[in-house]
Amino acid sequence: MGQHNQDNLAPLHLHVPEPKFRPGDKADFSDIVVPEVDAVARPDEHVAPAEIHPLAYGLVRVLGDDNNASGSWNPGLSADTLRLMLRKMLMLRAFDDRMFRAQRQGKTSFYMKSFGEEATSVATTMALHRDDMCFPSYRQQGILITRDYPLVDMMNQIYSNRGDRLKGRQLPIMYSAKDYGFFSISGNLTTQYPQAVGWAMASASRADTRIAAVWCGDGSTAEGDFHSALTFAAVYNAPVIFQVVNNQWAISSFSGFAGSERTTFAARAIGYGIAGLRVDGNDALAVYAAMQWAANRARTNNGPTLIEYFTYRGEGHSTSDDPSAYRAAEEYALWPLGDPVERLKAHLIALGEWSDAQHEALVAELSDEVKAKQKEAEQNGILGHGLHHPFETMFEDVFEEMPAHLKEQCAQMLEEQRDKFGPEWEAR
Amino acid sequence: MSEDTTKTMNMIEAINSALDVMLGQDPDVVIMGEDVGYFGGVFRATAGLQKKHGKTRVFDTPISECGIIGVGVGMAAYGLRPVPEIQFADYIYPGLDQLVSEAARMRYRSANDFICPMTVRSPFGGGIFGGQTHSQSPESLFTHVCGIKTVIPATPYDAKGLLIAAIEDNDPVVFFEPKRIYNGPFTGYYDRPVEPWSKHEGSAVPEGYYRIELGKAAVVREGQAVTVLTYGTMVHVVKAVVAEHGIDAEIIDLRTLLPLDIETIEASVKKTGRCMVVHEATRTSGFGAELSAQVQERCFYHLEAPIERVTGFDTPYPHSLEWAYFPGPVRLARAFDKIMKD
Repeated sequence: MGQHNQDNLAPLHLHVPEPKFRPGDKADFSDIVVPEVDAVARPDEHVAPAEIHPLAYGLVRVLGDDNNASGSWNPGLSADTLRLMLRKMLMLRAFDDRMFRAQRQGKTSFYMKSFGEEATSVATTMALHRDDMCFPSYRQQGILITRDYPLVDMMNQIYSNRGDRLKGRQLPIMYSAKDYGFFSISGNLTTQYPQAVGWAMASASRADTRIAAVWCGDGSTAEGDFHSALTFAAVYNAPVIFQVVNNQWAISSFSGFAGSERTTFAARAIGYGIAGLRVDGNDALAVYAAMQWAANRARTNNGPTLIEYFTYRGEGHSTSDDPSAYRAAEEYALWPLGDPVERLKAHLIALGEWSDAQHEALVAELSDEVKAKQKEAEQNGILGHGLHHPFETMFEDVFEEMPAHLKEQCAQMLEEQRDKFGPEWEAR
Repeated sequence: MSEDTTKTMNMIEAINSALDVMLGQDPDVVIMGEDVGYFGGVFRATAGLQKKHGKTRVFDTPISECGIIGVGVGMAAYGLRPVPEIQFADYIYPGLDQLVSEAARMRYRSANDFICPMTVRSPFGGGIFGGQTHSQSPESLFTHVCGIKTVIPATPYDAKGLLIAAIEDNDPVVFFEPKRIYNGPFTGYYDRPVEPWSKHEGSAVPEGYYRIELGKAAVVREGQAVTVLTYGTMVHVVKAVVAEHGIDAEIIDLRTLLPLDIETIEASVKKTGRCMVVHEATRTSGFGAELSAQVQERCFYHLEAPIERVTGFDTPYPHSLEWAYFPGPVRLARAFDKIMKD
């Protein structure tokens, strides 16, 4: 190999990115620039994408260090709306805690929390219309909670029990809820990106008024689907909002493996000629404001927007990994943009519209509600304990009508169950 | 519209007519793909359709098969009935994840919450000096996926009726068009002049709406000596070889590979006692392997000779040696000799 290297040329070397901190290191985020509120002002919603390139490199912020909301991005939400937002984010946190624990108790196979990123699913959904279509990745259960999807139905899905609307077919948290404007979650990453564009193109071609919003993570922006989707959206000026939840980590791979050492994720928009915003993802008001800006653009035929939420994944990727094995222990505590729930709470308190006592009472109320719903859901069974959908449902919905070969295989499977459980099995 | 006005059409014209009929009667039908709009497609299958039905119904796309199929899945989720064209079957692979993991599973994974009534049309097969990236027959990749129907017509009449049924189907369909027979029923005798479709009965095509149910094979020649299972271009090659050699073969054009019309196959093989499986695609793990397995499962005690497979070789499609690769008259004649010997 080496003999091909000519003496007078410096050797090439391969750059393999490495995160700044690993287990045992002391995390230090002093190099992360947190600009002042309104360092990038809110442009007119009809602005040409080429005129707002700095927004793809800055950081849209509304909540300042003093917990007050200010600047041109301030959405001016009422105290009631802010309290609702806080309530939804706290409910999401309570739900996540309970379901994470259920997995640890062996009641299901898998769970994924959204700790630290609650604003990116709750505040965004509040800025959309109820009938706009959401194409989530796997960490946007906050959309369902914000749209008042029944918690028991979410739990039934997580338990894959006989109450599961998806008939126990999908990995826990891969919900589908068309009536709630929530697209079926895939386990394959970023496949929802071109699908959201297709939905938005259909809406536009039908002179509808609904728009599409789609989420993915920083890591999966590397998928080809991401780039196909942005190309199509740009070409057809589709009414779609692309969102990248940059939580810094894709399982154990830091965002550098998706290209963050060189540029921002919002800056991907520039090459496609679409609007790009980089937003403080832990500032629920900034997240709301960015989504509202992008939604208004999409709804008025000003085309797609790519929004990057700069945030941090507070816990593991899922119940299947241990983040202490690959990153520094204290990263979340040291994260310079704080915690989205704590910041919204502090803002409401600063407004004189909330108190620690009220907060504690709300946390307790939501925790009790989740516990009660969990009890209700568990009446329908937990994973692997018999109370599932009937065996033959395994063969339903592969096609609209079951073809002969599936009927044959279904009969075979039922005979296997008879062998296994005895003749009384069918009577049950 | 009714079946009564019949016109002579080649396969391209029949496909164009099917698309035209469906665009006309169902406002949800949308056609998209590379060069399908103004230009009308590199094989002209969509010629004139944009002009007639408008730019939001028939339009060009970026060169991104992942995008084309992924956008189709999203349009179907909205409630449209997209009919994307993939310019050559060889180009379908960038869209494979969207087909296999998304379109095919949408109904199942969402328990009927979302469905994907999308028909992906794509010219496939060789014999046109297309080299290894314009000649492939990847049908068995799709028959292996649960949740997709795979359809391959062999005549203009079938192409139109099957395509209409595919578009009306509420599940995703991959519709492979044998491009070697777009303009005439190629017999495999590449050194002889090609007959135009007008001399073939399959070219009498009703101008209006009609459908041929998916999942039904056609017995295109009745016979007693041996059953030949085939589809697409090879239907015509087998017919020509059988005629040339005076073999009393029963030729079954599968038309739909999945769901498979196993009843028609089983009845025929039990009658003839011999079974030959013919496809242009590569041999190993090809659809012929599936056919062979199913026939021996159901007809083993009726078989008087081993099932014979006649296929393309397990190499990429070679440009200059195309006719040595193609399962043409010589390979077929040798296989008939072998299967009839026992």
